Amino acid sequence: MKQMDIVLVGVGGQGTLLASRILGALAMDLNYDVKVSEVHGMAQRGGSVVTYVRIGDKVNSPLVEAGSADYVLAFEQLEAARAMEYLKKGGCVIVNSQKISPMPVVTGATAYPEGLLERLSEACDVVALDAYGLAEQAGEARAVNLVLLGVLCARMDSDKAAWLRAIESCVPARFVEVNKKAFELGYQTQQKQ
Amino acid sequence: MAKQLMLGNEAIARGVWEAGLKVVSSYPGTPSTEITEYCSKYPEIYCEWASNEKVAAEVCAGVSVGGARALCCMKHVGLNVAADPLYTASYTGVNGGFVVVVADDPGMHSSQNEQDSRIHARGAQLPLLEPADSQECKDFAKLAFDISEQYDTPVIVRTTTRIAHARSLVELGERQEPALKDYVKDPMKYVMMPGMARQRHKVVESRMDKMAQDACDWPVNRVEMNDKKIGVICSGIAYQYVKDALPEASVLKLGIINPLPRALIERFAAQVEKLYVFEELEPVIEEQVASWGIACEGKRLTGRQGELSARKIAAIMGKELPEVNAVEDIPARPPVMCPGCPHRGPYTVIHKLGLHATGDIGCYTMGALKPLESIDTCLCMGASIGMSHGLDKARGKEFAKKTVAVIGDSTFIHSGITGLVSAVYNRSHITVMILDNSTTGMTGHQPNPATGYDIYGQQTAQVSLEKMCEACGCEHIVTVDAFDMKGLEKALREETQREAVSVIIARRPCALLDKKSKKAPLVSDASKCKNCGACMKLGCPAIEKREKHVFINPALCVGCGLCVQTCKFSAIGKAGDQA
Repeated sequence: MKQMDIVLVGVGGQGTLLASRILGALAMDLNYDVKVSEVHGMAQRGGSVVTYVRIGDKVNSPLVEAGSADYVLAFEQLEAARAMEYLKKGGCVIVNSQKISPMPVVTGATAYPEGLLERLSEACDVVALDAYGLAEQAGEARAVNLVLLGVLCARMDSDKAAWLRAIESCVPARFVEVNKKAFELGYQTQQKQ
Repeated sequence: MAKQLMLGNEAIARGVWEAGLKVVSSYPGTPSTEITEYCSKYPEIYCEWASNEKVAAEVCAGVSVGGARALCCMKHVGLNVAADPLYTASYTGVNGGFVVVVADDPGMHSSQNEQDSRIHARGAQLPLLEPADSQECKDFAKLAFDISEQYDTPVIVRTTTRIAHARSLVELGERQEPALKDYVKDPMKYVMMPGMARQRHKVVESRMDKMAQDACDWPVNRVEMNDKKIGVICSGIAYQYVKDALPEASVLKLGIINPLPRALIERFAAQVEKLYVFEELEPVIEEQVASWGIACEGKRLTGRQGELSARKIAAIMGKELPEVNAVEDIPARPPVMCPGCPHRGPYTVIHKLGLHATGDIGCYTMGALKPLESIDTCLCMGASIGMSHGLDKARGKEFAKKTVAVIGDSTFIHSGITGLVSAVYNRSHITVMILDNSTTGMTGHQPNPATGYDIYGQQTAQVSLEKMCEACGCEHIVTVDAFDMKGLEKALREETQREAVSVIIARRPCALLDKKSKKAPLVSDASKCKNCGACMKLGCPAIEKREKHVFINPALCVGCGLCVQTCKFSAIGKAGDQA
């Protein structure tokens, strides 16, 4: 496989780290080299978080550079827009349509930008969905990450069984079923068209 | 054994475990913290959180003299705290292997400066290894113990954030169990008085000279010969960027940075037409190479600030870069204090009273940001107290009556106590507020001596902050609930007026740990809310300004009740009360 670069973005506490670990386990399952770069420390306190996953025959840098991501997996609209700089020409943004106001918006200092998804759609290939709603439907509101991974799996047209094995290896046993359900709901959104 | 996908810090823990490590003593600091936490999962290793990095390094020096292998982990600024024992431990050398892992933070993801630990290694004449991925983290950590014992010296393993906090594949090995070495009374080696130290300094010099020669043959350094038009010397994360940006270039990848393997570098330089040194932060390699009369380029092109990247190196070398399609004017999302954070109340009151505040290092440094904007300074661990005393001496006691030093419990134990003793002794008029959230919050909730728990979650002796301050000579110590705004205001008004050192302990566990106190979300009654903005001054992410009234986000609110105390119109309360 040629190099596959994925950027996961969201708000601290949304579960981007687990999603990146599942992608790491998937890469190992498929016998690829992989590197995952995480954010710890101050930024985790409700700030923007960015995690990089690079998969390929031989991965050097753990960072995905500007203009080179095949996929951006965004857990929130504003963060999707912020992460646009990573996307390469012809890349795809998968975005949870949920809005989480950053502090400058909460305090009224600035407004949450209008029409972000439309702006993104004009610029690149966008899959927008209510991942939060689907996660709730699966029985766990925090499973937004798995819904988005389900979409990614379908979009990458890859071996679903390997993804399910990766989920099993990363998620505590008692949460496996609900996470698989969220993954499946995400996956199904790409099957109907 | 199958490979595992490991965090750099996790791989270091695995490496030191394989090396037969016996003791870890560290103080938490991003991006180094997880090494000690992962070590604590191996039953063969004894782990502890020390009160600061200096103590941790001294403990490890004792372990080493005692004949066992010791590890001490810290962030770059922690190395300044530990520098005192380490500069002289370089002279004494070791008995059991002694390894220090220091994690630098170029770009300052979670730090107050971007100093380069390699300079400390040169200053202390300590060997320094630098891994470039998790496999090397494991291998180099293990190798560091062998070098330590073979060359009779503590060894530094230096990482950066992108190595410490990146996962890559690691092949695991087995643990070796080195025998406990004999304890030998040897004052010429371990008692560093001038006469002995002069002799040991000679040993240090010859050790480093020998290592500079030996290291030319070590496999941690490797030459990857390609097109000889361009040769690049690099190490650590910079190597990975160079491989992505310049796959055609010849590369000398260094694993040891101090001492530099001079003959190897000279041979490589002679084989390439144009030589570059790509390194983050300071020109540590470049300046030495240039001093040997070898023409090379580096810092003039990269600068000293922030991180490198493959893109940055590609741009410098005139490569075509991928097109970037950024979206402009996106509101920033800075980190914020959590809903229910016990630091919010004290800062709101400090802001309201218009006090000057010297700050310190921790989650509560965010009190400098809007809308609380309460902190005037943040320098280093423990500085709030000394700086407050300095303000008192510079501007007099009337200014001290309008000033408060704000420090967390873990930071106070780390290096606030000595500042407090000094202030009392020197007839200060300062007021110190200890924000006791019963944890080391920012680094991910490590226990500390004031919590009464150890790294394994086992109960141990608990330092009483009240008794500690009393023993430092403070006569005025008040403890207040950090959610009690009236109590905080009263304490701050009274204690700042005293012409003596006083301490206010604002106590409440961190909201992320204290799930028990979590209450039902509060609601704002639109009919009573005048949209005056008083509750907005708290800077709580759960309180949103809407057009006609505020809205409390039920997904975020933990019911701490601070906003209830700020509302003059009784518009905020429990859901049931509003009916």
